[in-house]
Amino acid sequence: MPISPAEPGPAAVHDIVVLGAGPAGLATAVAAAARGARVALVDAGPRPGGQYWRHRAGDDGAAHHDWDRFRRLRDGLDAHRDLLDHRSGHTVWHVERTGAGFTVHTLHAGRPYEIRGRTVVVATGAYDRQVPFPGWTTPGVFTAGAVQALLKGQGVVAGRRIAVAGTGPFLLPVAAGLAEAGAEVVGVFEAGRPLAFGRHPFTVVRNAAKLAEGAGYLRTLARHRIPYRTRTTVVAAHGTDSVTGVTVARLDAGWRTLPGSARTLDCDTVAVGYGFTPQTELAVQLGCAMERDGDGSLVARVDSRQRSSVDGVYAAGEACGVGGARLSLIEGELAGLHAAWATTGARPDRRRLARLLRRRAAQRSFAAALHRAYPVPGGWRTWLEEDTVVCRCEEVDVAAVRRAVTELGATDPRTVKLCARPGMGLCQGRVCGYATAGLVAEADGREVTADDLRGMAGRPIAQPLPLGVLAAGADGAGNEA
Amino acid sequence: MSTSPFTFSFDDRAVPAEDGQSVAAALIASGIRSWRVTRVEGRPRGVFCGIGVCFDCLVTINGSPNQRACVIEAHPGDVVRTQEGAGRADLAC
Ligand SMILES: Cc1cc2nc3c(=O)[nH]c(=O)nc-3n(C[C@H](O)[C@H](O)[C@H](O)COP(=O)(O)OP(=O)(O)OC[C@H]3O[C@@H](n4cnc5c(N)ncnc54)[C@H](O)[C@@H]3O)c2cc1C
Ligand code: FES
Repeated sequence: MPISPAEPGPAAVHDIVVLGAGPAGLATAVAAAARGARVALVDAGPRPGGQYWRHRAGDDGAAHHDWDRFRRLRDGLDAHRDLLDHRSGHTVWHVERTGAGFTVHTLHAGRPYEIRGRTVVVATGAYDRQVPFPGWTTPGVFTAGAVQALLKGQGVVAGRRIAVAGTGPFLLPVAAGLAEAGAEVVGVFEAGRPLAFGRHPFTVVRNAAKLAEGAGYLRTLARHRIPYRTRTTVVAAHGTDSVTGVTVARLDAGWRTLPGSARTLDCDTVAVGYGFTPQTELAVQLGCAMERDGDGSLVARVDSRQRSSVDGVYAAGEACGVGGARLSLIEGELAGLHAAWATTGARPDRRRLARLLRRRAAQRSFAAALHRAYPVPGGWRTWLEEDTVVCRCEEVDVAAVRRAVTELGATDPRTVKLCARPGMGLCQGRVCGYATAGLVAEADGREVTADDLRGMAGRPIAQPLPLGVLAAGADGAGNEA
Repeated sequence: MSTSPFTFSFDDRAVPAEDGQSVAAALIASGIRSWRVTRVEGRPRGVFCGIGVCFDCLVTINGSPNQRACVIEAHPGDVVRTQEGAGRADLAC
């Protein structure tokens, strides 16, 4: 989709353009610059750190894990200023192959920019995965990540009486953080029943530290007398202008509600999340081979050097599978060392590579065990009413999505999107993509496939743009400013 | 933590904020949870994802509509107004 005019003149071509400055992108950029590569590090946010180290100016890191590691990486950015061009506040909306390299199109303070590189590293992370339920559009229902970002990044507690619900290990630090900050957490409702990791003894031994972290959060919950209920979740939120309560129900193994188990609870806030969805549209734009990960998400496929299937394109961190900040750091360093090697010839230390690969394998196997322990079976579809909103942007309900399949003959999410408009709004299907794929597959009598997810994840323009930018294209004035 | 407090206005009411805080965080800290009404059903919306992904938190800031309140930092004297509809008038995707 080349809408920009040809190269307006000689512009700096970086060896590596890193897309995203979370743990993965930071580790990539610092490792690569330390090996002598010229790097551009591009992120939409005002400060580096991504989701894990989201902070405000002047933050001393008291609320953050591994803040020392962040400080070292930030110092690394400073130390390599001569080689490393850090572009904060740049939203990437398109990446394309141009000549021997790539052109990254960004928007910064309302103006278009182009950043060129011989290679790119996709390190765009992930966002909370959601399934719809009646009342989930009521103000006061937040994603678990939003509640965490408000607390850690903004110093704001999202509500007074809070229900934490969904599935996955992330619910625990969110609930513990809220309790420590003085909120009343009415319960943690874990839809799954995470089985003891005893089934995977090897994984347990190699990841004892992570398990100890989880145990610490459980102790915090116990100290605050917060109930932790498994096979239970919030199946409806109540209230018109703001949440006034929730319905909580017990679930069977397939997540159908158990008859007679529903009860209502008073609360003013819900923090909900069903794992994470990797942000993959830039990898899809570049034509990288994608696959379904253990948690059912679409991810970029990478090899032992973090190379995607497309020459010159690497991916690191949660864009190639949800696995937490530590895995993102390892993959980022690997990507940085290899991309630097490929572009400058600086051969990485073999022992360091071997060590990183071993740690990557350990963390990936732990991530895979977590994905197995916290699956999202299809029974969430039984919590829905026909008029439950699926697509929050375009206000498309369950009935409309099902009708597109049963009456209009659509058999895949992309066609449903065209007939009924789920995923056509400003979030571009990021929020409803997973649920729409699940509803369409169910109505079509089959399982969700990678193609279904790709149909909802392809975004030729990665972020909504002011029309003026599209009409004018990059006029060259903003380039490499 | 930087904490020089200031205020901005939201629908003609003064809202306190701290240096570096997002518009959404300041509104939520003041107990305000919605600042947009949807186009089709006229339903209230505020923050959902909190990180710039969902576009639920759109608001009009100093006359410009479609600003994501969760990613825009508040500044002293900002004039913030409830937004009607998705307001995608000048946005394309
Ligand atoms: C809201 C939220 C809160 C979280 N909080 C925690 C927590 O407290 N503790 C924890 O252990 N885990 C947390 N996580 C999990 C988190 O995903 C990982 O811990 C970790 O941050 C992943 O690192 P990453 O580098 O792979 O991706 P991220 O940290 O997600 O970094 C990706 C970066 O890419 C940038 N980006 C993406 N697309 C574009 C684009 N088109 N243009 C420009 N920039 C772009 C983003 O701005 C972001 O800075 C959270 C996740 C979310 C979604
Ligand atoms: S709350 Fe999702 S974009 Fe602001």
